[in-house]
Order: sequence, then C-alpha cells, then structure tokens
Amino acid sequence: MNNNNVIEVQNLTKMFGDFTAVNAISFEVEKGEIFGFLGANGAGKTTAMKMLIGISNPTSGKANVAGLDVYKQAEDIKKNIGYMSQKFALYDDLTVKENITFFGGIYGLSRKRIKEKSATLIEELGLESVAKKLVGSLPLGWKQKLSFSVSLLHDPKIVFLDEPTGGVDPITRRQFWELIYKAAHQGTTVFVTTHYMDEAEYCDRVSIMVNGKIEALDTPKKLKQQFNVTNMNDVFLKLARG
Amino acid sequence: MLPIIFVLPLLQLVILSNAATFEVKNIKFGYIDNDHTSTSRDLVEKFNASTYFNVLTNFSSEALASAAMLNGEVDVVLQIPQYFERDLQKEKHNSLGVSINAIDGAAAGVENVYVTQIVQGFNQNIKVDVLQVSDKQMQAIRIETIPLFWYNKTLNYKTFMVPGILVLLVTMITLFLSGMNIVREKEIGTLEQINVTPIKKSQFIIGKLFPFWLIGMGLLTVGLLLAKLIFNVPMIGSLPLMYFYTSIYILVILGIGLFISNFTDTQQQAMFIAWFFTVIFILMSGLFTPIESMPKWAQTITEFNPIKYFVQVMRMVMLKGSDINDILPQLLKTAFYAFIMNGLAVWSYKKTN
Repeated sequence: MNNNNVIEVQNLTKMFGDFTAVNAISFEVEKGEIFGFLGANGAGKTTAMKMLIGISNPTSGKANVAGLDVYKQAEDIKKNIGYMSQKFALYDDLTVKENITFFGGIYGLSRKRIKEKSATLIEELGLESVAKKLVGSLPLGWKQKLSFSVSLLHDPKIVFLDEPTGGVDPITRRQFWELIYKAAHQGTTVFVTTHYMDEAEYCDRVSIMVNGKIEALDTPKKLKQQFNVTNMNDVFLKLARG
Repeated sequence: MLPIIFVLPLLQLVILSNAATFEVKNIKFGYIDNDHTSTSRDLVEKFNASTYFNVLTNFSSEALASAAMLNGEVDVVLQIPQYFERDLQKEKHNSLGVSINAIDGAAAGVENVYVTQIVQGFNQNIKVDVLQVSDKQMQAIRIETIPLFWYNKTLNYKTFMVPGILVLLVTMITLFLSGMNIVREKEIGTLEQINVTPIKKSQFIIGKLFPFWLIGMGLLTVGLLLAKLIFNVPMIGSLPLMYFYTSIYILVILGIGLFISNFTDTQQQAMFIAWFFTVIFILMSGLFTPIESMPKWAQTITEFNPIKYFVQVMRMVMLKGSDINDILPQLLKTAFYAFIMNGLAVWSYKKTN
C-alpha cells in the first residue's frame, strides 16, 4: 500500500438482490491525480462512485477514501470530499450567492470564509452579473461550472464528478476541463466519470468498467498501445463490445 | 408560494366557519290536522312562528304526507290526532305523531329536538311520538327524550367551530408542506447533494422543521386575529398558553410529515399518504362528530389522533378559559407524540442506503 494513495479499493462489490451492479473491483488513486472512470451506461460507474462517497453501503469488499473506511467512517469521508452529481443538484430556487452560502454553511465554513470564497468564486466564473439571480434561470453550462466550484468550496482532498459535462457545449466543456486541471494543480484529486472519449485523453489514468467489472486500467497512452489503436474511442469500443 | 400558504387557508376559515354549522334551518314542515280545533290550530301556529320551520303544508291524509316525504318535499310531518283538544282537556295528557325524514340522521336528531321543544313549550302534557322515516324503510321508533342541554339556543355555533377549523388549517398546511418537502428534494436530486455533505441527521431535520414551524405559528396568529375580528370568538383563556401548546403540536404534525416524506419516493405517494391521515384525523377528531358516540375501537384509535387533542385544547382554552393544569393531559400526550414522531423522522432519514 502506497502512502500516496487517496483512494484504495479492494474487491468492492454491490448487489441489488440477485443483480451484481459492481463486481469485485479493485484500484488505487494517487493524490493529485485526475482519474477517469469510464464505462457504458449501466456498467456500474455511478453505483461504484456512490459507495466511495458514502451514500451507498457496499455489499462486500474494502474501500478507503482519504484514509478513511467507507463502512465505519462514511460521515468523516464526507468532510474530505466534494461531489457533483449527474443531475444538477444546487437549489434552483436559491440565487447563486445563496447556494454558495448555504453549502458553505453546511460544510461548517465561517461567515468570513464564505464571503471570501463566494467573492473569488463568482469572479473566477464570471458570474458577477447573475450573482443575485436564481440558479434555475442560468444556462446549463454555467450551472455545471457553478456546481463544480461549489463542490470545491470546502477545499476537499478529493472531488468526485459524475458525468460533469453531460449535455454542455464543446466550449463550456473545454472551460470545465480547465477548472478541473486547476483543481488538480492545487493538489485536489479528481475522480471523474465521463462518456466523452476525448475527455478520457485528458485524464492521468483511466479505468474502463464493463458489466460491473474493471476491464482495463492504465494511462490513456498505454491503453492505446495495449489495444493497438490510435484513440481512446477505439479502446472503449473494443472493450465494451467484448 | 407564501401568499398561497396564507391566503387560501384563511379564506377557508372564513367560508367554513360560516358554512359548517349544526343548526338546521328552513325545515320543510307539514302537518295533518285530524282535530280541527282552536288548540290544534294554535299548535300549528307555534311552528309557523318558529324561525326554523318555514314551509307549512296542510296534508289531508297520511298517504299524501308520506308520498310528499318520499319525494323530499317535506322533512317533518306532525300528525294531530282526532279529539286532540278534548283528550288534552279531559285526560290532561296526550300524544302527537311526528314523522321525520332521517336520511340525514344528524339533521333528523336536531329536528326532533326542535319539534319536542316547541310542542312542550305549547303544553307540557303532550308526549311526542317520533317516527323516523328514511328512504327505504318506515319504522316507528320511540325516541327517549333527548336532554336539551345538547341543543342550546344561545350557543353560537361559530364560536364552537372557529377554533376547530383553525386547528384543521394549521394542521393541513403544515402536514402537506412538510410531507412534500424531503421527497421533493429526492425528486429534484438536491437530497443526494445534501447526503454527501457531513451534515448531521438531526441538523437536517431541525433545519427542515423550523421554517414550517414558523409558518404554522404565523397561520395561528392570523387565524386568531380573524377569529376575533370577523367572528368575535371569545378568547377567555391565556393566549400564551395557546401558543405554547400549538408550538408543540405543530412539531407532532411536522414530524409525521417528514416521516412520510422520508418513506416515499415521489410527491404523489407522499400526497396520498398525507391525505389518508388527514381525512382520518379530521373525521375522528371530535370536531364534527362527538368522540363519545363513536364505537369503542374507534375511540381507542382517536387516542393517537393529534388533532383531537388540539381541538380539545383550543376549545378549552379559548372558550372555557382552561389553564395549564386543565390541559396537562393533552399537553403531555402531545409532547410525547412530538418526541416520538421527530425521533422517527430523524431515524427514517437515511444518508446512506
């Protein structure tokens, strides 16, 4: 076991009745890494992620996140991680500022800190003009960027992103990845699921899940060599089609 | 949303308090006078003078009267027997036949009391034989005299109903708002976001309770103001005591609401369950029908009905001026209930599945 690992997973399994959604997966994620977690729809990515962020109890196996056990220390894990779900999950009926204040409060940030954070965050995202507008009225791309920034509000060690760029335009996707790089540069580990194979190329390492199992795990470069193809799309197709 | 939460219930308070009354007015009255004397005419005149009976029809035969009753043209038929005047003077007592359309049993009961009162006011020595008539069957029932304290001419029904209806409004609004709440967040997806934060379960539930608790107290305040200004309901008891009891009571309802919300997956399910309980709670609260007249098993169930206690306390404190010692049993039961329901709400909120 490497001290540098922020996520360590061994034989993690989740069953729903007879159905095995996640089948004994094992992997490690290093500190500061951008870890791509790929797989087709229904491959078990989201289920696996939910076990790591402490909102779903594993059926069996071991998992440590930020050095904490997912079975016994789920609530402590939550202090150390950020999460952005597939579905936009800020409050539509609160303004941009109110959302930041609310989540800042939940993570126990001081009023002063929340004020500072929300000022820098709004400035960085260029949301000054809409800071007092309801989040529900913003375009999806802006919402996603805001959502990501909110998940980083409490300076988590790891941030989990579940298909963060689903449904947004290429320019916004680009900007989104710039935000991800920035976070990783500042030492935050990024655990990201995606369907876009060009995004997979941006990751330090990727794992590809098929039917609840991790079928491949390496850097994009090595995976392409291993499968003897030129891009990640072909790697994915080769694996997913079996 | 906030204006809706306040305006609609208060409209209901005004409308229902005026509409929901136990008084029976405009009773369609008919009579068969087989006596044709001054005494029988005087008796009919008594009914004519009453404000409760208005349409007076003189039927020439029993068959005609009962046909009219079947058609719903008449609610009460008074039969004055032959030799009514003579027998009354000679034997100093007599009987009259009264048929009442008892499809609506509650109304029939009230009508019976009205008739008895008028007849006895006319002459103490006349006994009223009541025949209750319903749609399908005609059976003669000897009704024992109903004590007259139940119907009290000076009792203003609005005074009696307003506190009760206020209770319903505070209950319904807070139950529906809280019942819809967590499940709504499940639907939108924000609950998942909350679940990945380190927020404590009790913090979450308290955070959910507090706004609705404020709304409930606000509703009570506006409702009491309306009760005073529009209906001039007497408020004999202590206002702080009413607020104190209500503040605990609302916690019970919110606890139930949040518990429902935690157990359901969609707002529709939550709505359905909230309705189920609301209807049972209201109809078994003693607001519209006295609990004492319910079957034993039903009376046992009402022990678990928070609305029952609230209705009792509001009426006791507002109308009778009861103090904290008088309402102590209700207060303790409500507090215990609040503790249990909110405990369940916290327990049933699962951050990890």
